[in-house]
Amino acid sequence: MSGTDTTTTATRAEYCVVACAEAWRDAGEILAGPMGTVPMIGARLAKRTFSPDLLLTDGEALLIGDVPAVGAAPGVVEGWLPYRQHLALVTTGRRHVMMGASQLDRHGNQNISCIGDWERPRRQLLGVRGAPVNTLNNPTSYWVPRHSPRVFVERVDMVCGVGYDRAAAAGPSATRYHRIPDVITDLGVFDFETPDRTMRLRSLHPGVTVDEVRAATGFALHVPGEVPYTRDPSAEELRLIREEIDPRGLRDREVRA
Amino acid sequence: MTAEEVVGRLRSGMTIGIGGWGSRRKPMALVRALLRSDVTDLTVVSYGGPDVGLLAAAGRIRKLVAAFATLDSVPLEPHFGAARQRAAFELVELDEAMMMWGLTAAVHRLPFMPVRAGLASDVMTVNPELRTVTSPYGDREELVAVPALRLDAALVHLNRADAHGNGQYLGPDPYFDDLFCEAADTAYVSCERIVETSELLKDAGPQTLLLKRAFVDGVVEAPNGAHFTSCAPDHERDEAFQRHYVDAARDPEAWREFTARFLSGGEDAYQAAVAAFHGEAGA
Repeated sequence: MSGTDTTTTATRAEYCVVACAEAWRDAGEILAGPMGTVPMIGARLAKRTFSPDLLLTDGEALLIGDVPAVGAAPGVVEGWLPYRQHLALVTTGRRHVMMGASQLDRHGNQNISCIGDWERPRRQLLGVRGAPVNTLNNPTSYWVPRHSPRVFVERVDMVCGVGYDRAAAAGPSATRYHRIPDVITDLGVFDFETPDRTMRLRSLHPGVTVDEVRAATGFALHVPGEVPYTRDPSAEELRLIREEIDPRGLRDREVRA
Repeated sequence: MTAEEVVGRLRSGMTIGIGGWGSRRKPMALVRALLRSDVTDLTVVSYGGPDVGLLAAAGRIRKLVAAFATLDSVPLEPHFGAARQRAAFELVELDEAMMMWGLTAAVHRLPFMPVRAGLASDVMTVNPELRTVTSPYGDREELVAVPALRLDAALVHLNRADAHGNGQYLGPDPYFDDLFCEAADTAYVSCERIVETSELLKDAGPQTLLLKRAFVDGVVEAPNGAHFTSCAPDHERDEAFQRHYVDAARDPEAWREFTARFLSGGEDAYQAAVAAFHGEAGA
């Protein structure tokens, strides 16, 4: 099969991978912090293509010097990054993390702690984890594999990752290094590049409509007059994703077709 | 020392720090010994895993200081979740880095450490006792003053130690175990194997010597003592057993059976029951 006509057959998961990879374009020599399978494939794709300077981890304490398939052991180790150094690295700003979100509001406040009343939650989730330190110190993007009104809510139940309104209210120490560059979902790519720093639709994945996105979002989303589609993966990018980075097709388990 | 002797020095109402991270290198043999004792009403400080889950399920925790509880390959710790959903203990929910700086403040005998983390998040809301400080320098930045997390006792598990309390980790990550020990008035180390001091550097460099004996009050030899959490390179996480733990935790009757089968006897009985569990699985 020739590699040239695969572009038209890219799956939704592959568009998501490319959108995630784009988050680390022009990032320079920083640590990519992907959480979730699709962001991990995206970070590895970025390193293999347009952002070769990225630092990657094995998901534990090692910086890897090559780009193995997801789930495979690295062949080259170039550094050591145990948890305490990782937490310190966050405060240097030399990292761009892409976290998950159980809830996210229009200002970019994120919740992974619990659903319902914090005192006695209806559903306890992970806990606040490193979201507060991440969002105040290094660029923090979000990956939501299933865009729904349950995730994109008017108000999150517990602010773990800090959004633009909360950072602004807390003052200069909070806003100094605060930045949420991207929100990537199975429906599209979003950002906060509006005058009031609320969530905006930046691109739709091919096959998705604005109405679909609006219906899946629990707050009034900023939608520009013209919304482009998320760019196509190149034939070489598809080859890298399918043959080298994710040959087992783990991306399809995270994103519905 | 034995695990029972360690637990014999703990008292109800103490603040106890537990090393490891998530479902990694947790001092589970010491936690199991704690479960067999009547020590209760604890304040537990932990990067939480099944240590938190088991103690919560047994009703031993009055207050938990944590940023999360997880089993890593299973994202949600079932007993922690269930305990939170019935408001079974008080939670001091801090960010991961705030925990690190709270322990560091305690090590340095400082009342607090200034950090940016926490500002603008609901960590400040759900912990109304948290205060901020203003930088006395020209920047005048307002930062969070994370209070010292001073501990009455610390429990950690390492790969090797000598009988004096010099502790060695051979895996990729020290986690925060030395901070836990130095932040504590008393610290107890279980290890896979106690070796002669002269053996410690036979196969590893000096940077693997994580714990200094001046900060360790007791050493327990507990082979497979982190089970079912990982203790690389001695053993990986026991995923099959962890899955069994998770399944059991979701049903009261299954949990009673799990407790009777694995937690009703001593550590030797536990290890034998785990071996039998795998014998069955392999049969």
